[in-house]
Amino acid sequence: MSLVARHLEAAGIPTVIVGSARDIVEECGVPRFLFVDFPLGNPCGKPWDAAMQYKIVGGALELLERAWLPRTTVQRPETWAQGEADERWRERFMWVGDDNREALARAGEARRRAQASRQQGNEAAE
Amino acid sequence: MSQGISHRSYVSYIDKSREYYAASGYERPYRWAHFEDVPFARLAKPLSQCRVGVVTTADLGPSTAPRSTKLYTVPNAEGGRLFTEKSWDREATHTDDPETYLPLARLAEHAAAGHIGALNPRFYGVPTDYSQRLTLEHDAPQVEAWMREDGVDIALLVPL
Repeated sequence: MSLVARHLEAAGIPTVIVGSARDIVEECGVPRFLFVDFPLGNPCGKPWDAAMQYKIVGGALELLERAWLPRTTVQRPETWAQGEADERWRERFMWVGDDNREALARAGEARRRAQASRQQGNEAAE
Repeated sequence: MSQGISHRSYVSYIDKSREYYAASGYERPYRWAHFEDVPFARLAKPLSQCRVGVVTTADLGPSTAPRSTKLYTVPNAEGGRLFTEKSWDREATHTDDPETYLPLARLAEHAAAGHIGALNPRFYGVPTDYSQRLTLEHDAPQVEAWMREDGVDIALLVPL
């Protein structure tokens, strides 16, 4: 999506990205980025919270209008967690630890085997 | 007083996905897009006169569909039936409310309040793809062409 923003901007259409994967967007390099520090899936606000969504979208519009140079990141003040337990979303996502390392290796191996046999099937069909 | 931290507070998805796929036995890490130069265009007219186009990474169909069907543009009324199966945090949240990633109703409210000129009547879909070449050479120019056809002045892009 950052690549699309860069293309549009170079073509003269000003852009703003609203997102939650800060490192991916900033490493690509975009003109304007509104960072919402939420789990992936709800960058425009919490589900069913129309008031919050309206404010975040308004923030994106304001950033479009007011940024004066590229790589402008603005972080929204909203936070996801209501309590300490909720904060664990950060560590749980794509978790790798002693409790799942073997299972991940096995699942990856199975996925590669399935891909290889699909490829063989396609070649046989051609 | 601040308690201080030893790691950055926000999640690094580049680090997380590299470690996750390495643990799954994939030896070569994904190469994320990275540029030194960043383009910049100024608004040509006041925000209150601008037509806004929205771009989403959500898909019209399941991710198993062939790639030629991926890129799309549809009327805003169809924004409620998108597929969002790719890489969001299923443990922490859900995507049952489309306004959390495709804020068409919220933008319409901003248009009604006079903050923007208009919300474009259709939006654009660029479902997540691992090929940066296809995104750059095929998808981005097509989205630009659609926006020009529609008279879109500014773009709001929301990756899931």
